[in-house]
Amino acid sequence: MKNICFCFQMHAPMQLRRYRFFEIGQDHYYYDDMATEERLTWLVRESYMPLLGTLKDMIRLSKGKFKCALAVCGTTLEQLEQYTPEVIDLMKELVATKCVEMVATPYSYSLAAQYSETEWELQMKMQEQKVNELFGVKPAALFNTELLYSDEIADLAWKLGYKVVMTEGAKHILSWKSPAYVYHSTANPKQTILVRDMQRSDELSFHFSDPAWPNYPIDAEKFVRQLGESNEEDNVVNIWLGADAFGINQRVETGIFEFMKALPYYALEQNIGFVTPSEAAKKMQAQDTLSSPYPLTWAGEGKSLSLFDGNDLQQEALNKMYAVAERVHMCKDKALKTDWLLLQDADYLHYMNHIDRGSSNFESAYDAFINFMNILSDFLQLVDEQYPTTIENEELNSLLKTINNQEKEIGRLTEELKKAKKAKTAEPKAAAEKKVTKKK
Amino acid sequence: MNALMFGWEFPPHILGGLGTASYGLTRGMAQQEDMHITFILPKPWGDEDQSFLRIIGANSVDVPGRGCIEFSGRYPDNLVEEISNYDEVASVLARQLDFDIIHSHDWLTYPAGVTAKRLSGKPLVIHVHATDFDRSRGNVNPIVYSIERRGMDEADHIMCVSNLTRQTVIEKYGQDPNKVSTVHNAVEPLAHPEEFVKHPRKDKLVTFLGRITMQKGPEYFVEAAARVLEKTDGVRFVMAGSGDMMNQMIDLVAKRGIADKFHFPGFMRGRQVQEILADSDVYIMPSVSEPFGISPLEAMQVGCPSIISHQSGCAEILNHAIKTDYWDIDAMADAIYAIVKYPAMYKSLSELGREEVNNIRWYDAGLKVRKIYDKVINRW
Repeated sequence: MKNICFCFQMHAPMQLRRYRFFEIGQDHYYYDDMATEERLTWLVRESYMPLLGTLKDMIRLSKGKFKCALAVCGTTLEQLEQYTPEVIDLMKELVATKCVEMVATPYSYSLAAQYSETEWELQMKMQEQKVNELFGVKPAALFNTELLYSDEIADLAWKLGYKVVMTEGAKHILSWKSPAYVYHSTANPKQTILVRDMQRSDELSFHFSDPAWPNYPIDAEKFVRQLGESNEEDNVVNIWLGADAFGINQRVETGIFEFMKALPYYALEQNIGFVTPSEAAKKMQAQDTLSSPYPLTWAGEGKSLSLFDGNDLQQEALNKMYAVAERVHMCKDKALKTDWLLLQDADYLHYMNHIDRGSSNFESAYDAFINFMNILSDFLQLVDEQYPTTIENEELNSLLKTINNQEKEIGRLTEELKKAKKAKTAEPKAAAEKKVTKKK
Repeated sequence: MNALMFGWEFPPHILGGLGTASYGLTRGMAQQEDMHITFILPKPWGDEDQSFLRIIGANSVDVPGRGCIEFSGRYPDNLVEEISNYDEVASVLARQLDFDIIHSHDWLTYPAGVTAKRLSGKPLVIHVHATDFDRSRGNVNPIVYSIERRGMDEADHIMCVSNLTRQTVIEKYGQDPNKVSTVHNAVEPLAHPEEFVKHPRKDKLVTFLGRITMQKGPEYFVEAAARVLEKTDGVRFVMAGSGDMMNQMIDLVAKRGIADKFHFPGFMRGRQVQEILADSDVYIMPSVSEPFGISPLEAMQVGCPSIISHQSGCAEILNHAIKTDYWDIDAMADAIYAIVKYPAMYKSLSELGREEVNNIRWYDAGLKVRKIYDKVINRW
């Protein structure tokens, strides 16, 4: 049986405020709350709410046969909770139908998997906890930031217990292979890899309302028919895209929401089902193994990390940031840790690209870099105040251990002291008693 | 194609950007095989490079009834008189020389171009390197304006060095947009770029280079410098050049209490310019109104990162330079700070900037001019 696996990703970075260098060390708040709220409510109004509402309808109308997944990182969940809790409520409803799977992502929209293993591990655990708190489920399939994947990351994911990993169906990982099958990773033959169908996903994201697109116009019946015409039996078409494709890339007037609503009817008629990523991995037999020695993402033409770390500016920002990862892990300051997560957002790096600056509000890559580095400088100073960089990490670690063990040590010593005191007071008594007995 | 050009400056004896641009453009155009340029100068010094064009000195032309007229070749107080003398010379040359098109560089030579057009019946294009609105921060001199205006009205086509200038010409001089094109300036490639290297020094160097006049916005540079020095050490500021605001700037520097870090080395020329640019960590041009502004391109050629104002024409064609509004001293200070503190910033701007500028060629600008010539002549 053929299947469609939908996954919608939501992400809204905190909007950074204009932060000048003379504020370094003076002001430790980096965000433009008004802009953040404005952008988020816009996303929610135009895209997230209509999309989630449509998904709810689709599940109801198909009597639970329609299924899909949502990928929302922790920092975005926090924003939604703060500004638009109705989105969280609707998500809870959807997850409760058991037709919607929450996939695992890092807590921050970060590239930590590539730059700091420990950080990534921490973030994955944080995210699990958050999703569990909110929705009462445990995410099982890994949808890394920007679908970032490599053999090394697959291995890390396996160690953390992710048996299903989702990534981009780029040419350099698939070559002649079809994205419609399930694969194993070369690192771990038991680990399942699902790959995105770039063509189908992009068709909805970018070409749905483009009259110049050869396949235009696309309606649900035609879309499903074309899926059915492919020769492969027993496969899964992975359509994963940013949720903002619905209502923003493709405005509501294009009929994208009606298209979605009609989809289950035509699909089921053609005997095409819907699965979540974890179900796909369970249901289908892996056909082959896939290997990607280099990091792979769904970003840009290159499908690599180059959009985020391809130039000197991005390299410097990344290096400076992740150089303090260990130190931040040691510290306990809550505000600092929150900033640490927020600043890792890959969008900020995207803004520093000279050619494709994404949704940047900055005038140029340089402008974005200046602002980010000023913020980072302040942040690094705060970290340094907690733990001076003049002390080596290892030395610091042992010092911290000593400090943390201090209490135990003090406890032990006071215990000892007490005992000694008791013994002391007991001794003269005993001696006195002896004297008495002697006298007798 | 024979072009008769009227100009005022030509290297090596130059007073401003006009000479540099005249040289670059003619040299770029001369690479077209069938292009012959005759360039009229008020007063050639004899050491100009004539390998690719012919230079005629207006001071060596025999004007009937007056003989050879003396020219200063500069911008003297009796400039209007000198312009009209130049115009008289043009009337003689228009009858003697053979040409297909007349090309006048900047307002000083517009009257000569118009006269040559009237007498020869050949089309006239004028090249706007600056307008009086740029030079005066809006306080235009009515005599200059009327000379500019008449030249533009009479011209068959107007070429501007930036969209910014083009807009001024359309809005302030009432010209038909269809008659006005933009031909951005370029920069002559350095013969030996490797000669100019950055010497290691303890302090970072931030340089302003140009006339210290209202148009160049020197006071914004001083204020930005004060902002930077409030926060950080190890940076020195240089204001090279001279001009009527120099003493005022020295005062301002003293008032801000940064005189120990702020230097005025005076006017620089030739090699000195490239040397100080190569040695600088930042070049800054906070011009209030700059029709084009070639010096940031020269800085970038020797690998020096540039900060320029949005109000500069060259901002339209540069990506690897920092752009701020001329009045935004916070943004300017921020950019200076970033370049001296974040190594990737310096490296990117230096390397990518150099690459970018090396691809801005006079030859291409020359081709654009040629297209305009062809269009004008065909219509004629």
